[in-house]
Amino acid sequence: MTLDSSARLEVDPLIEDPATRIIVCCGAGGVGKTTTAAALGVRAAERGRKVVVLTIDPARRLAQSMGIDSLDNTPRRVEGIKGDGQLHAMMLDMKRTFDEIVEAHADAERARAILGNPFYQSLSAGFAGTQEYMAMEKLGQLRARDEWDLIVVDTPPSRSALDFLDAPKRLGSFLDGKFIKLLMTPAKMGGRAGMKFLNVGMSMMTGTLGKLLGGQLLRDVQTFVAAMDTMFGGFRTRADATYRLLQAPGTAFLVVAAPERDALREAAYFVERLAAEDMPLAGLVLNRVHGSGAARLSAERALAAAENLDEAGIVDQWPGKTGVRDTAAVSPESPSAGRSPEARPAADRPAAGAPEVVTQVPEASAEQQSVAAAGQTTQQMTAGLLRLHAERMQVLAREQRTRDRFTALHPEVAVAEVPALPGDVHDLTGLRTIGDRLATGGSARAGAA
Amino acid sequence: MRLVRLEYVSRLQVVSGKGGTGKTTVAAALALALATEGKRTLLVEVEGRQGIAQLFETEALPYEERKIAVSSGGGEVFALAIDAERALLDYLQMFYKLGGAGRALKKIGAIDFATTIAPGVRDVLLTGKACEAVRRRDKQGRFVYDYVVMDAPPTGRITRFLNVNDEVAGLARIGPIHNQAQAVMRVLKSPETAVHLVTLLEEMPVQETADGVAELRAAGLPVGNAIVNMVRPHLLDEDAVRDAENGRREAITKALTAAGVSGGAALVTPLLEQAAEHAQRVELEREQRRALNVLELGAYELPMLTEGVDLSGLYQLAKELRKQGAGS
Repeated sequence: MTLDSSARLEVDPLIEDPATRIIVCCGAGGVGKTTTAAALGVRAAERGRKVVVLTIDPARRLAQSMGIDSLDNTPRRVEGIKGDGQLHAMMLDMKRTFDEIVEAHADAERARAILGNPFYQSLSAGFAGTQEYMAMEKLGQLRARDEWDLIVVDTPPSRSALDFLDAPKRLGSFLDGKFIKLLMTPAKMGGRAGMKFLNVGMSMMTGTLGKLLGGQLLRDVQTFVAAMDTMFGGFRTRADATYRLLQAPGTAFLVVAAPERDALREAAYFVERLAAEDMPLAGLVLNRVHGSGAARLSAERALAAAENLDEAGIVDQWPGKTGVRDTAAVSPESPSAGRSPEARPAADRPAAGAPEVVTQVPEASAEQQSVAAAGQTTQQMTAGLLRLHAERMQVLAREQRTRDRFTALHPEVAVAEVPALPGDVHDLTGLRTIGDRLATGGSARAGAA
Repeated sequence: MRLVRLEYVSRLQVVSGKGGTGKTTVAAALALALATEGKRTLLVEVEGRQGIAQLFETEALPYEERKIAVSSGGGEVFALAIDAERALLDYLQMFYKLGGAGRALKKIGAIDFATTIAPGVRDVLLTGKACEAVRRRDKQGRFVYDYVVMDAPPTGRITRFLNVNDEVAGLARIGPIHNQAQAVMRVLKSPETAVHLVTLLEEMPVQETADGVAELRAAGLPVGNAIVNMVRPHLLDEDAVRDAENGRREAITKALTAAGVSGGAALVTPLLEQAAEHAQRVELEREQRRALNVLELGAYELPMLTEGVDLSGLYQLAKELRKQGAGS
């Protein structure tokens, strides 16, 4: 209920507006960022826009969900889009992107030297920030090509959702930093007398680092830095340009989260960070929100009613109520379970320190509760429906609490709720469904989930 | 899934998993579960997210081993947030007595270079610190920690994170970092270590678990258990739902009224819809269980806590893990 106090994020006006050129989806891992990016891409394309979706996640999920087996570093057209629009999709190959930059900005001989450098090979294969940096590079490239009127970007599954904003700067400050200058000194300054002092300091530093990392690594770094020297300016300029692009009016950030404590905490951080960086936030996409069409029946009342039915069931055995089959109430011990009891860890082993009566582990009890239909009385069936409903209502209440906490912190952030789907999404139809739910948002509580 | 009963419980328990599967929670519960009867565990985090502090409802963890919980049998759980930069400075201090020079290195950006940009060095420092805790002994020669549990990076990055040898040895072919990488690899590839993967009974996490297991095995890293998290009870299956939808609606309405629920007629449809979704999910979960069985891993299962994970929930999960054999 409190959520209604925050504005609803209207997705369709955002993706339909020709002024919207870039949408960045960010958030914690596992909240459905990639799926959201893909669903937005499909929806925007089917509303007539020419869209490219850039995904970074190496799990190739976007490829699967768009029915393309393998995406690579070049945008590929996605088939099956309805209407006049177009959808392209690609997956960032950070090494390939880095290589391309080197090849584009250095002469052949120098490029070969860089590409063959062991330090470069490790760096480009994706350590600490390379992926984030290359994602920004790629975004800049796609924007510069100006072939698409909307770019949807999925952000890397970083340690923290903030990494992709920090990485370009971090790499930039490294490339510009004193350390690099020191490393480059011997190559540049050679034996010039005036630089003697600096060289002493330098050899002390490189001596220490050499000790630590092994002298040859340091030489690799020096060779790499020397070879990259002319390109540094370019890196820096482009990183700055992309950063400004992210602040520009055509860009919209969507923070993606699930109604869980950690995901929403990360979302709150991100909201604050975007504000601090003057990055335009469009709103929060809250995925996998549960709803119920029977929300007026509380969990407590549902459970109480289920218990009433259990008791009634026992009583009914005696008078034998008409129309209700009591006979098979106990029989079907779910033979279809397929997992034998010994598959479970020894349940009779006492928990350490406390020789208590050990109840059954979840799966075992779950299987036993899964009574086959044939033998179920209406009471049992109804009690099952009520227990299921109670569980749903408990989930709803928990989700509401976590959302309320976020809303209390950031009442200004518009929210689009995406009702949970019972299954996974792996085709265009699924993405369309997600897109519909994104756009119509708040119907979660009306019962769609 | 087969019964997990290891003769020997690895002393370094690495917990990975796809984002959103609850690996921090599981790592914390495992650390509690292993801290039985006077045993002592160290729970480490390596990604600077302060997830442990949030879970145990304490203030942010410093770079210092700190007791954060006591288990029911009198065991103790310590926690440490490993910070690569601090680990490197410690390391320099320990081996080179580089107090001032360390600061100078920091000033010119060399520490930043080594811990954030130099490929793999960061990972060696993080795993190295964890391995040091595994091997550390007190004055009587006993292990200081019976177990070290690591809240590790997610499945997609775990093999590269642990396989520091390949990454670093090629770069730093000599020197302390090289030696450190070798020493770390000896621990990580031994039975001293087990890498567990947390998953949900959903398609993508299970797929990622399968990919992760293949990568870990190819790298020669010891795969531990699949830990299926947030398992929800199966209350009704598809047959039951179909049966309910076919001509039992009226009887169900009556049963609702008899049970004291007013307005039952309006509730039947949404209740049955929920049941149909539930049944669909049960079926999907069954498929995912089959996919997990193919991997031939040991497995633990942890129930969904409807109230969310708080401190008492954590103890509940620890108890569950113990029941299923963790730490025995």
